[in-house]
Amino acid sequence: MIEVKNLTKAYGNFVAVKDVSFKAENGSILGFLGPNGAGKTTTMRIITGYMPATAGTVLIDGLDIFSQSLEARRKIGYLPESPPLYPDMRVEAYLRFVARLRDVPRAKIDAALEHVLEVCGLTDMSHRICGQLSKGYRQRVGLAQALIHDPPVLVLDEPTIGLDPRQIHEIRGLIHNLAGNRTVVLSTHILPEVSQICDKVVIIADGRVVLEEYLQKLPAGTSLEDIFLNAITKERHDDGATAEESLEEVGAGHT
Amino acid sequence: MKNSLTIAGKELAGYFLQPVAYVVMTVFLLLGGFFFFALLRYFEVMLTAYSAMQNPEVLQRLNLNDRVIEPMLHNLAIVLVILVPAITMRSFAEEKRTGTYELLLTAPIRTGEIVAGKFIAAAAFMLIMIALAGMFPLILVAFGNPEVGVMFSGYLGLAFLAISFVSIGLFTSSLTQNQIIAAISCFGLLLLLFVISWPAQAGGSSFAGLLHYLSLPEHFSQMVTGIIDTRDIVYFLSLIFVALFLTQRSVESARWR
Repeated sequence: MIEVKNLTKAYGNFVAVKDVSFKAENGSILGFLGPNGAGKTTTMRIITGYMPATAGTVLIDGLDIFSQSLEARRKIGYLPESPPLYPDMRVEAYLRFVARLRDVPRAKIDAALEHVLEVCGLTDMSHRICGQLSKGYRQRVGLAQALIHDPPVLVLDEPTIGLDPRQIHEIRGLIHNLAGNRTVVLSTHILPEVSQICDKVVIIADGRVVLEEYLQKLPAGTSLEDIFLNAITKERHDDGATAEESLEEVGAGHT
Repeated sequence: MKNSLTIAGKELAGYFLQPVAYVVMTVFLLLGGFFFFALLRYFEVMLTAYSAMQNPEVLQRLNLNDRVIEPMLHNLAIVLVILVPAITMRSFAEEKRTGTYELLLTAPIRTGEIVAGKFIAAAAFMLIMIALAGMFPLILVAFGNPEVGVMFSGYLGLAFLAISFVSIGLFTSSLTQNQIIAAISCFGLLLLLFVISWPAQAGGSSFAGLLHYLSLPEHFSQMVTGIIDTRDIVYFLSLIFVALFLTQRSVESARWR
Protein backbone atom coordinates (compact mmCIF):
# COMPACT_ATOMS: atom_id res chain seq x y z
CA MET A 1 0.00 0.00 0.00
CA ILE A 2 1.41 3.35 -1.04
CA GLU A 3 -0.25 6.57 0.00
CA VAL A 4 1.09 9.71 -1.61
CA LYS A 5 -0.14 12.77 0.23
CA ASN A 6 0.04 16.33 -1.13
CA LEU A 7 3.49 15.90 -2.53
CA THR A 8 5.24 19.05 -3.75
CA LYS A 9 8.80 19.22 -5.00
CA ALA A 10 10.52 22.42 -6.04
CA TYR A 11 13.96 22.69 -7.59
CA GLY A 12 14.79 26.29 -6.80
CA ASN A 13 12.04 28.27 -8.49
CA PHE A 14 10.93 25.41 -10.72
CA VAL A 15 8.11 23.37 -9.22
CA ALA A 16 8.32 19.86 -10.69
CA VAL A 17 5.52 18.26 -8.68
CA LYS A 18 2.57 20.19 -7.29
CA ASP A 19 0.33 18.82 -4.59
CA VAL A 20 0.25 15.25 -5.92
CA SER A 21 -1.88 12.73 -4.03
CA PHE A 22 -2.87 9.20 -4.95
CA LYS A 23 -3.16 5.76 -3.45
CA ALA A 24 -1.99 2.35 -4.62
CA GLU A 25 -3.71 -0.56 -2.87
CA ASN A 26 -2.27 -3.93 -1.93
CA GLY A 27 -2.36 -6.48 -4.72
CA SER A 28 -2.88 -3.91 -7.42
CA ILE A 29 -0.78 -2.50 -10.22
CA LEU A 30 -0.90 1.24 -10.60
CA GLY A 31 0.09 2.75 -13.91
CA PHE A 32 1.65 6.17 -13.59
CA LEU A 33 1.20 8.00 -16.88
CA GLY A 34 2.29 11.31 -18.16
CA PRO A 35 4.10 13.10 -20.95
CA ASN A 36 7.85 13.64 -20.74
CA GLY A 37 8.86 15.99 -17.97
CA ALA A 38 5.52 15.68 -16.18
CA GLY A 39 7.17 14.75 -12.89
CA LYS A 40 6.91 10.94 -12.97
CA THR A 41 10.54 10.24 -12.11
CA THR A 42 10.62 12.96 -9.45
CA THR A 43 7.54 11.47 -7.79
CA MET A 44 9.02 7.97 -7.84
CA ARG A 45 12.31 9.19 -6.42
CA ILE A 46 10.41 10.77 -3.54
CA ILE A 47 8.33 7.62 -2.97
CA THR A 48 11.50 5.53 -2.67
CA GLY A 49 13.21 7.97 -0.33
CA TYR A 50 15.95 8.96 -2.76
CA MET A 51 15.10 12.62 -2.49
CA PRO A 52 12.99 14.55 -0.02
CA ALA A 53 9.79 16.36 -0.93
CA THR A 54 9.47 20.08 -0.38
CA ALA A 55 6.08 19.44 1.18
CA GLY A 56 3.77 16.49 1.74
CA THR A 57 4.66 12.90 2.49
CA VAL A 58 4.47 9.29 1.38
CA LEU A 59 3.33 6.34 3.48
CA ILE A 60 4.62 2.87 2.58
CA ASP A 61 2.39 0.31 4.32
CA GLY A 62 1.70 3.05 6.86
CA LEU A 63 5.39 3.92 7.38
CA ASP A 64 6.42 7.48 6.64
CA ILE A 65 9.25 7.60 4.10
CA PHE A 66 10.77 10.64 5.83
CA SER A 67 10.42 10.02 9.53
CA GLN A 68 10.59 6.19 9.42
CA SER A 69 12.82 6.08 6.41
CA LEU A 70 14.83 2.91 7.13
CA GLU A 71 11.78 0.75 7.89
CA ALA A 72 9.90 2.14 4.92
CA ARG A 73 12.83 1.64 2.54
CA ARG A 74 13.11 -1.98 3.67
CA LYS A 75 9.72 -2.65 2.09
CA ILE A 76 10.52 -1.21 -1.32
CA GLY A 77 12.01 -2.71 -4.43
CA TYR A 78 13.01 0.01 -6.85
CA LEU A 79 14.02 0.05 -10.47
CA PRO A 80 15.22 3.58 -11.25
CA GLU A 81 14.99 5.21 -14.65
CA SER A 82 18.43 3.86 -15.58
CA PRO A 83 19.27 0.48 -14.04
CA PRO A 84 21.74 1.11 -11.18
CA LEU A 85 24.43 -1.36 -12.26
CA TYR A 86 28.14 -1.31 -11.45
CA PRO A 87 29.66 -1.71 -14.90
CA ASP A 88 32.69 -3.71 -13.69
CA MET A 89 30.79 -6.27 -11.64
CA ARG A 90 29.48 -9.60 -12.80
CA VAL A 91 25.71 -10.08 -12.68
CA GLU A 92 25.83 -12.67 -9.91
CA ALA A 93 28.24 -10.70 -7.70
CA TYR A 94 26.14 -7.59 -8.21
CA LEU A 95 22.89 -9.30 -7.22
CA ARG A 96 24.55 -10.85 -4.16
CA PHE A 97 25.75 -7.40 -3.15
CA VAL A 98 22.25 -5.95 -3.46
CA ALA A 99 20.80 -8.92 -1.56
CA ARG A 100 23.14 -8.24 1.37
CA LEU A 101 22.37 -4.51 1.27
CA ARG A 102 18.67 -5.34 1.30
CA ASP A 103 19.06 -7.56 4.37
CA VAL A 104 18.30 -10.90 2.76
CA PRO A 105 19.40 -13.46 5.39
CA ARG A 106 22.73 -15.05 4.45
CA ALA A 107 21.26 -18.54 4.23
CA LYS A 108 18.55 -17.42 1.81
CA ILE A 109 20.74 -15.46 -0.61
CA ASP A 110 21.47 -18.43 -2.87
CA ALA A 111 17.80 -19.31 -3.23
CA ALA A 112 16.79 -15.68 -3.77
CA LEU A 113 19.50 -15.26 -6.39
CA GLU A 114 18.46 -18.38 -8.27
CA HIS A 115 14.84 -17.30 -8.15
CA VAL A 116 15.35 -13.79 -9.57
CA LEU A 117 17.79 -15.05 -12.21
CA GLU A 118 15.14 -17.45 -13.37
CA VAL A 119 12.13 -15.11 -13.37
CA CYS A 120 14.09 -12.40 -15.14
CA GLY A 121 15.54 -14.82 -17.69
CA LEU A 122 19.12 -14.20 -16.63
CA THR A 123 20.26 -17.69 -15.68
CA ASP A 124 22.68 -17.91 -18.62
CA MET A 125 23.93 -14.38 -18.04
CA SER A 126 24.94 -14.68 -14.37
CA HIS A 127 28.67 -14.66 -15.16
CA ARG A 128 28.57 -11.80 -17.62
CA ILE A 129 29.96 -8.38 -16.75
CA CYS A 130 27.16 -5.84 -16.24
CA GLY A 131 28.78 -3.16 -18.37
CA GLN A 132 28.92 -5.49 -21.36
CA LEU A 133 25.25 -6.42 -21.34
CA SER A 134 22.80 -5.10 -23.90
CA LYS A 135 20.22 -2.52 -22.87
CA GLY A 136 17.51 -5.15 -22.54
CA TYR A 137 19.57 -7.38 -20.30
CA ARG A 138 20.66 -4.43 -18.18
CA GLN A 139 17.01 -3.61 -17.70
CA ARG A 140 16.39 -7.20 -16.59
CA VAL A 141 19.27 -7.10 -14.12
CA GLY A 142 17.76 -3.86 -12.82
CA LEU A 143 14.46 -5.65 -12.36
CA ALA A 144 16.15 -8.64 -10.70
CA GLN A 145 17.84 -6.23 -8.31
CA ALA A 146 14.47 -4.73 -7.37
CA LEU A 147 12.96 -8.17 -6.70
CA ILE A 148 15.76 -9.94 -4.86
CA HIS A 149 14.50 -9.21 -1.35
CA ASP A 150 10.91 -10.11 -2.25
CA PRO A 151 9.56 -6.64 -1.36
CA PRO A 152 5.89 -5.97 -0.65
CA VAL A 153 6.10 -2.72 -2.62
CA LEU A 154 7.58 -2.41 -6.10
CA VAL A 155 8.36 0.91 -7.76
CA LEU A 156 9.36 0.57 -11.41
CA ASP A 157 10.36 3.59 -13.46
CA GLU A 158 9.69 2.75 -17.12
CA PRO A 159 10.44 -0.97 -16.75
CA THR A 160 9.97 -1.85 -20.43
CA ILE A 161 12.01 0.94 -21.96
CA GLY A 162 14.71 -0.23 -24.36
CA LEU A 163 13.40 -3.77 -24.63
CA ASP A 164 12.50 -5.54 -27.85
CA PRO A 165 8.83 -6.50 -28.42
CA ARG A 166 9.31 -10.06 -27.22
CA GLN A 167 11.07 -8.91 -24.06
CA ILE A 168 8.40 -6.28 -23.45
CA HIS A 169 5.81 -9.03 -23.64
CA GLU A 170 7.79 -11.17 -21.18
CA ILE A 171 8.43 -8.39 -18.71
CA ARG A 172 4.79 -7.34 -18.76
CA GLY A 173 3.80 -10.91 -18.04
CA LEU A 174 6.34 -11.01 -15.25
CA ILE A 175 5.07 -7.82 -13.65
CA HIS A 176 1.51 -9.08 -13.95
CA ASN A 177 2.45 -12.30 -12.14
CA LEU A 178 4.42 -10.41 -9.53
CA ALA A 179 1.47 -8.38 -8.39
CA GLY A 180 -0.07 -11.09 -6.21
CA ASN A 181 -0.48 -9.30 -2.91
CA ARG A 182 2.23 -6.80 -3.68
CA THR A 183 1.72 -3.15 -4.47
CA VAL A 184 3.22 -2.21 -7.80
CA VAL A 185 3.64 1.29 -9.17
CA LEU A 186 5.03 1.55 -12.66
CA SER A 187 5.56 4.62 -14.75
CA THR A 188 5.38 4.56 -18.51
CA HIS A 189 4.30 6.56 -21.47
CA ILE A 190 3.22 3.51 -23.41
CA LEU A 191 -0.57 3.52 -23.13
CA PRO A 192 -1.37 -0.09 -24.16
CA GLU A 193 0.94 -1.22 -21.37
CA VAL A 194 -1.36 0.34 -18.84
CA SER A 195 -4.55 -1.09 -20.30
CA GLN A 196 -2.94 -4.53 -20.48
CA ILE A 197 -1.53 -4.94 -16.99
CA CYS A 198 -2.69 -2.16 -14.67
CA ASP A 199 -5.69 -2.04 -12.37
CA LYS A 200 -5.58 1.65 -11.78
CA VAL A 201 -4.25 4.61 -13.70
CA VAL A 202 -2.93 7.93 -12.47
CA ILE A 203 -2.27 10.56 -15.12
CA ILE A 204 0.03 13.40 -14.26
CA ALA A 205 0.70 16.48 -16.37
CA ASP A 206 2.84 19.48 -15.53
CA GLY A 207 3.35 18.12 -12.04
CA ARG A 208 -0.33 17.77 -11.22
CA VAL A 209 -2.58 14.74 -11.02
CA VAL A 210 -5.23 15.14 -13.69
CA LEU A 211 -6.84 11.72 -13.38
CA GLU A 212 -6.90 8.90 -10.82
CA GLU A 213 -9.25 6.10 -11.79
CA TYR A 214 -9.68 2.31 -11.82
CA LEU A 215 -9.47 0.99 -15.35
CA GLN A 216 -12.75 -0.91 -14.94
CA LYS A 217 -14.53 2.30 -14.04
CA LEU A 218 -13.39 4.14 -17.11
CA PRO A 219 -16.35 4.73 -19.42
CA ALA A 220 -16.76 1.75 -21.77
CA GLY A 221 -15.90 2.36 -25.38
CA THR A 222 -13.44 5.17 -24.74
CA SER A 223 -9.83 4.26 -25.33
CA LEU A 224 -7.18 5.12 -22.84
CA GLU A 225 -5.52 7.20 -25.50
CA ASP A 226 -8.53 9.50 -25.77
CA ILE A 227 -8.72 9.82 -22.01
CA PHE A 228 -5.01 10.55 -21.77
CA LEU A 229 -5.03 13.19 -24.50
CA ASN A 230 -8.19 14.69 -23.05
CA ALA A 231 -6.71 14.90 -19.57
CA ILE A 232 -3.54 16.50 -20.83
CA THR A 233 -5.20 19.03 -23.12
CA LYS A 234 -7.65 19.92 -20.37
CA GLU A 235 -4.60 20.73 -18.32
CA ARG A 236 -3.30 22.89 -21.16
CA HIS A 237 -6.57 24.87 -21.24
CA ASP A 238 -6.30 25.40 -17.54
CA ASP A 239 -2.83 26.72 -18.08
CA GLY A 240 -4.19 30.23 -18.65
CA ALA A 241 -5.45 30.28 -15.09
CA THR A 242 -2.41 28.55 -13.61
CA ALA A 243 -0.08 30.90 -15.46
CA GLU A 244 -1.74 33.85 -13.83
CA GLU A 245 -1.54 32.12 -10.50
CA SER A 246 2.15 31.44 -10.87
CA LEU A 247 2.74 35.02 -11.99
CA GLU A 248 1.15 36.17 -8.77
CA GLU A 249 3.35 33.77 -6.85
CA VAL A 250 6.43 35.13 -8.54
CA GLY A 251 5.29 38.67 -7.81
CA ALA A 252 4.74 37.76 -4.19
CA GLY A 253 8.21 36.31 -4.07
CA HIS A 254 9.74 39.58 -5.23
CA THR A 255 8.00 41.92 -2.78
CA MET B 1 28.38 -2.43 10.81
CA LYS B 2 27.33 -5.40 8.68
CA ASN B 3 26.22 -3.03 5.92
CA SER B 4 29.50 -1.12 6.12
CA LEU B 5 31.43 -4.35 5.63
CA THR B 6 29.20 -5.31 2.68
CA ILE B 7 29.99 -2.00 1.02
CA ALA B 8 33.66 -2.17 2.00
CA GLY B 9 33.97 -5.63 0.46
CA LYS B 10 32.34 -4.52 -2.76
CA GLU B 11 34.50 -1.38 -2.93
CA LEU B 12 37.76 -3.17 -2.23
CA ALA B 13 36.98 -5.83 -4.83
CA GLY B 14 35.94 -2.97 -7.13
CA TYR B 15 39.40 -1.38 -6.92
CA PHE B 16 40.90 -4.52 -8.39
CA LEU B 17 38.24 -4.89 -11.10
CA GLN B 18 39.66 -1.74 -12.66
CA PRO B 19 43.27 -1.25 -13.70
CA VAL B 20 43.55 1.91 -11.56
CA ALA B 21 44.48 -0.01 -8.40
CA TYR B 22 47.25 -1.93 -10.14
CA VAL B 23 48.64 1.20 -11.75
CA VAL B 24 48.62 3.09 -8.44
CA MET B 25 50.32 0.24 -6.58
CA THR B 26 52.91 -0.23 -9.31
CA VAL B 27 53.78 3.46 -9.42
CA PHE B 28 54.02 3.64 -5.64
CA LEU B 29 56.25 0.59 -5.31
CA LEU B 30 58.40 1.40 -8.34
CA LEU B 31 59.09 4.90 -7.09
CA GLY B 32 59.62 3.55 -3.57
CA GLY B 33 62.12 1.06 -4.94
CA PHE B 34 63.86 3.79 -6.88
CA PHE B 35 64.17 6.06 -3.81
CA PHE B 36 65.38 3.12 -1.74
CA PHE B 37 68.01 2.17 -4.30
CA ALA B 38 69.23 5.72 -4.84
CA LEU B 39 69.46 6.54 -1.14
CA LEU B 40 71.12 3.27 -0.29
CA ARG B 41 73.67 3.75 -3.04
CA TYR B 42 74.46 7.24 -1.77
CA PHE B 43 74.75 5.91 1.77
CA GLU B 44 77.28 3.34 0.59
CA VAL B 45 79.36 5.99 -1.22
CA MET B 46 79.40 8.16 1.88
CA LEU B 47 80.29 5.22 4.05
CA THR B 48 83.37 4.38 1.98
CA ALA B 49 84.36 8.03 1.78
CA TYR B 50 84.18 8.59 5.55
CA SER B 51 85.88 5.26 6.26
CA ALA B 52 88.75 6.35 4.05
CA MET B 53 88.99 9.61 6.00
CA GLN B 54 89.19 7.55 9.19
CA ASN B 55 86.82 9.87 11.01
CA PRO B 56 85.05 7.65 13.56
CA GLU B 57 82.91 10.47 14.94
CA VAL B 58 81.17 11.17 11.64
CA LEU B 59 81.07 7.50 10.83
CA GLN B 60 79.17 6.89 14.05
CA ARG B 61 76.49 9.39 13.11
CA LEU B 62 75.96 7.85 9.70
CA ASN B 63 73.12 5.34 9.96
CA LEU B 64 70.54 3.63 7.78
CA ASN B 65 67.55 5.13 9.56
CA ASP B 66 68.57 8.74 9.03
CA ARG B 67 70.08 8.33 5.59
CA VAL B 68 67.79 5.86 3.87
CA ILE B 69 64.44 5.18 5.55
CA GLU B 70 63.69 8.72 6.70
CA PRO B 71 64.13 10.48 3.33
CA MET B 72 62.42 7.59 1.55
CA LEU B 73 59.31 7.91 3.74
CA HIS B 74 59.21 11.67 3.17
CA ASN B 75 59.38 11.10 -0.57
CA LEU B 76 56.66 8.45 -0.43
CA ALA B 77 54.43 10.88 1.48
CA ILE B 78 54.69 13.28 -1.47
CA VAL B 79 53.93 10.45 -3.89
CA LEU B 80 50.78 9.72 -1.87
CA VAL B 81 49.63 13.33 -2.33
CA ILE B 82 49.34 12.51 -6.01
CA LEU B 83 48.17 8.90 -5.83
CA VAL B 84 45.46 9.11 -3.15
CA PRO B 85 43.20 11.44 -5.18
CA ALA B 86 43.40 8.94 -8.04
CA ILE B 87 42.11 6.19 -5.77
CA THR B 88 39.39 8.11 -3.94
CA MET B 89 38.04 10.31 -6.74
CA ARG B 90 35.70 7.57 -7.92
CA SER B 91 34.16 6.63 -4.60
CA PHE B 92 31.11 8.90 -4.62
CA ALA B 93 31.48 10.84 -7.86
CA GLU B 94 31.18 7.77 -10.06
CA GLU B 95 28.18 6.40 -8.17
CA LYS B 96 26.42 9.70 -8.72
CA ARG B 97 27.21 9.74 -12.40
CA THR B 98 26.24 6.14 -13.18
CA GLY B 99 23.07 6.24 -11.08
CA THR B 100 24.11 3.56 -8.60
CA TYR B 101 23.92 6.28 -5.95
CA GLU B 102 20.16 5.83 -6.23
CA LEU B 103 20.58 2.16 -5.29
CA LEU B 104 22.67 3.01 -2.22
CA LEU B 105 20.44 5.81 -0.97
CA THR B 106 17.20 3.86 -1.38
CA ALA B 107 18.60 0.74 0.32
CA PRO B 108 17.75 0.37 4.02
CA ILE B 109 21.15 1.57 5.21
CA ARG B 110 22.31 4.72 6.96
CA THR B 111 24.48 7.28 5.19
CA GLY B 112 27.06 6.82 7.95
CA GLU B 113 27.31 3.15 7.00
CA ILE B 114 27.91 4.04 3.34
CA VAL B 115 30.70 6.46 4.30
CA ALA B 116 32.21 3.98 6.77
CA GLY B 117 32.18 1.22 4.15
CA LYS B 118 33.92 3.31 1.55
CA PHE B 119 36.42 4.54 4.14
CA ILE B 120 37.26 1.03 5.32
CA ALA B 121 37.87 -0.11 1.74
CA ALA B 122 40.09 2.84 0.79
CA ALA B 123 42.02 2.64 4.07
CA ALA B 124 42.51 -1.11 3.63
CA PHE B 125 43.82 -0.53 0.13
CA MET B 126 46.36 1.99 1.45
CA LEU B 127 47.44 -0.37 4.23
CA ILE B 128 48.00 -3.18 1.72
CA MET B 129 50.08 -0.87 -0.43
CA ILE B 130 52.16 0.43 2.48
CA ALA B 131 52.63 -3.11 3.81
CA LEU B 132 54.05 -4.09 0.42
CA ALA B 133 56.46 -1.16 0.69
CA GLY B 134 57.54 -2.80 3.96
CA MET B 135 59.91 -4.95 1.90
CA PHE B 136 62.44 -2.12 1.89
CA PRO B 137 63.08 -2.15 5.66
CA LEU B 138 62.99 -5.95 5.56
CA ILE B 139 65.91 -5.87 3.10
CA LEU B 140 67.79 -3.57 5.47
CA VAL B 141 67.11 -5.85 8.41
CA ALA B 142 68.36 -8.82 6.42
CA PHE B 143 71.63 -7.19 5.34
CA GLY B 144 72.34 -4.49 7.91
CA ASN B 145 71.42 -3.49 11.41
CA PRO B 146 68.97 -0.57 11.33
CA GLU B 147 66.81 0.31 14.32
CA VAL B 148 63.57 -1.61 13.84
CA GLY B 149 61.54 0.51 16.26
CA VAL B 150 62.27 3.73 14.41
CA MET B 151 61.34 2.18 11.07
CA PHE B 152 58.10 0.86 12.54
CA SER B 153 57.26 4.30 13.88
CA GLY B 154 57.96 5.82 10.45
CA TYR B 155 55.74 3.34 8.65
CA LEU B 156 53.02 3.87 11.24
CA GLY B 157 53.28 7.58 10.44
CA LEU B 158 52.97 6.87 6.73
CA ALA B 159 49.89 4.72 7.37
CA PHE B 160 48.24 7.49 9.44
CA LEU B 161 49.11 9.97 6.72
CA ALA B 162 47.65 7.79 3.95
CA ILE B 163 44.44 7.16 5.89
CA SER B 164 44.02 10.89 6.59
CA PHE B 165 44.52 11.57 2.87
CA VAL B 166 41.92 8.97 2.01
CA SER B 167 39.33 10.61 4.30
CA ILE B 168 39.91 13.95 2.62
CA GLY B 169 39.62 12.27 -0.78
CA LEU B 170 36.28 10.74 0.18
CA PHE B 171 35.04 14.15 1.24
CA THR B 172 35.91 15.90 -2.03
CA SER B 173 34.46 12.98 -3.99
CA SER B 174 31.18 13.27 -2.09
CA LEU B 175 30.78 16.88 -3.20
CA THR B 176 30.64 16.32 -6.94
CA GLN B 177 29.74 13.88 -9.66
CA ASN B 178 32.81 14.82 -11.65
CA GLN B 179 35.85 12.69 -10.88
CA ILE B 180 38.33 15.25 -12.18
CA ILE B 181 36.93 17.91 -9.86
CA ALA B 182 37.05 15.45 -6.97
CA ALA B 183 40.68 14.55 -7.68
CA ILE B 184 41.93 18.10 -8.23
CA SER B 185 40.26 19.52 -5.14
CA CYS B 186 41.57 16.64 -3.05
CA PHE B 187 45.05 17.21 -4.46
CA GLY B 188 44.79 20.92 -3.62
CA LEU B 189 43.73 20.25 -0.03
CA LEU B 190 46.50 17.72 0.54
CA LEU B 191 49.12 20.02 -0.88
CA LEU B 192 47.81 22.84 1.30
CA LEU B 193 48.25 20.66 4.38
CA PHE B 194 51.89 20.25 3.39
CA VAL B 195 52.68 23.92 2.96
CA ILE B 196 50.31 25.49 5.47
CA SER B 197 53.10 26.39 7.92
CA TRP B 198 55.05 28.43 5.36
CA PRO B 199 53.63 31.84 6.35
CA ALA B 200 54.14 30.99 10.04
CA GLN B 201 57.16 33.27 10.41
CA ALA B 202 55.18 36.25 9.15
CA GLY B 203 52.42 36.10 11.78
CA GLY B 204 52.27 36.43 15.54
CA SER B 205 53.23 33.60 17.83
CA SER B 206 49.73 32.19 18.34
CA PHE B 207 49.06 32.32 14.60
CA ALA B 208 52.37 30.62 13.93
CA GLY B 209 51.55 28.02 16.55
CA LEU B 210 48.24 27.26 14.89
CA LEU B 211 49.81 26.92 11.45
CA HIS B 212 52.54 24.68 12.79
CA TYR B 213 49.95 22.55 14.50
CA LEU B 214 47.92 22.20 11.28
CA SER B 215 50.99 21.44 9.21
CA LEU B 216 51.00 17.80 8.28
CA PRO B 217 54.78 17.32 7.73
CA GLU B 218 55.53 18.49 11.28
CA HIS B 219 53.53 15.65 12.79
CA PHE B 220 54.65 13.18 10.18
CA SER B 221 58.38 13.92 10.58
CA GLN B 222 58.06 13.40 14.33
CA MET B 223 56.87 9.85 13.69
CA VAL B 224 59.48 9.29 10.99
CA THR B 225 62.25 10.16 13.42
CA GLY B 226 60.88 7.51 15.74
CA ILE B 227 58.83 9.58 18.17
CA ILE B 228 55.31 8.23 18.64
CA ASP B 229 53.66 11.13 20.46
CA THR B 230 49.96 11.11 21.35
CA ARG B 231 49.77 14.71 20.09
CA ASP B 232 50.61 13.57 16.58
CA ILE B 233 48.26 10.62 16.72
CA VAL B 234 45.48 12.87 17.99
CA TYR B 235 46.22 15.21 15.09
CA PHE B 236 45.83 12.45 12.50
CA LEU B 237 42.74 11.00 14.18
CA SER B 238 41.10 14.45 14.31
CA LEU B 239 41.86 14.99 10.64
CA ILE B 240 40.26 11.64 9.76
CA PHE B 241 37.27 12.28 12.01
CA VAL B 242 36.58 15.78 10.68
CA ALA B 243 36.90 14.68 7.03
CA LEU B 244 34.60 11.69 7.53
CA PHE B 245 32.10 13.76 9.48
CA LEU B 246 31.95 16.29 6.64
CA THR B 247 31.57 13.44 4.14
CA GLN B 248 28.65 12.01 6.07
CA ARG B 249 27.01 15.44 6.21
CA SER B 250 27.57 15.92 2.52
CA VAL B 251 25.97 12.56 1.66
CA GLU B 252 23.15 13.11 4.13
CA SER B 253 22.44 16.56 2.65
CA ALA B 254 20.72 14.79 -0.27
CA ARG B 255 17.97 13.99 2.21
CA TRP B 256 17.56 17.48 3.58
CA ARG B 257 14.33 19.19 2.62
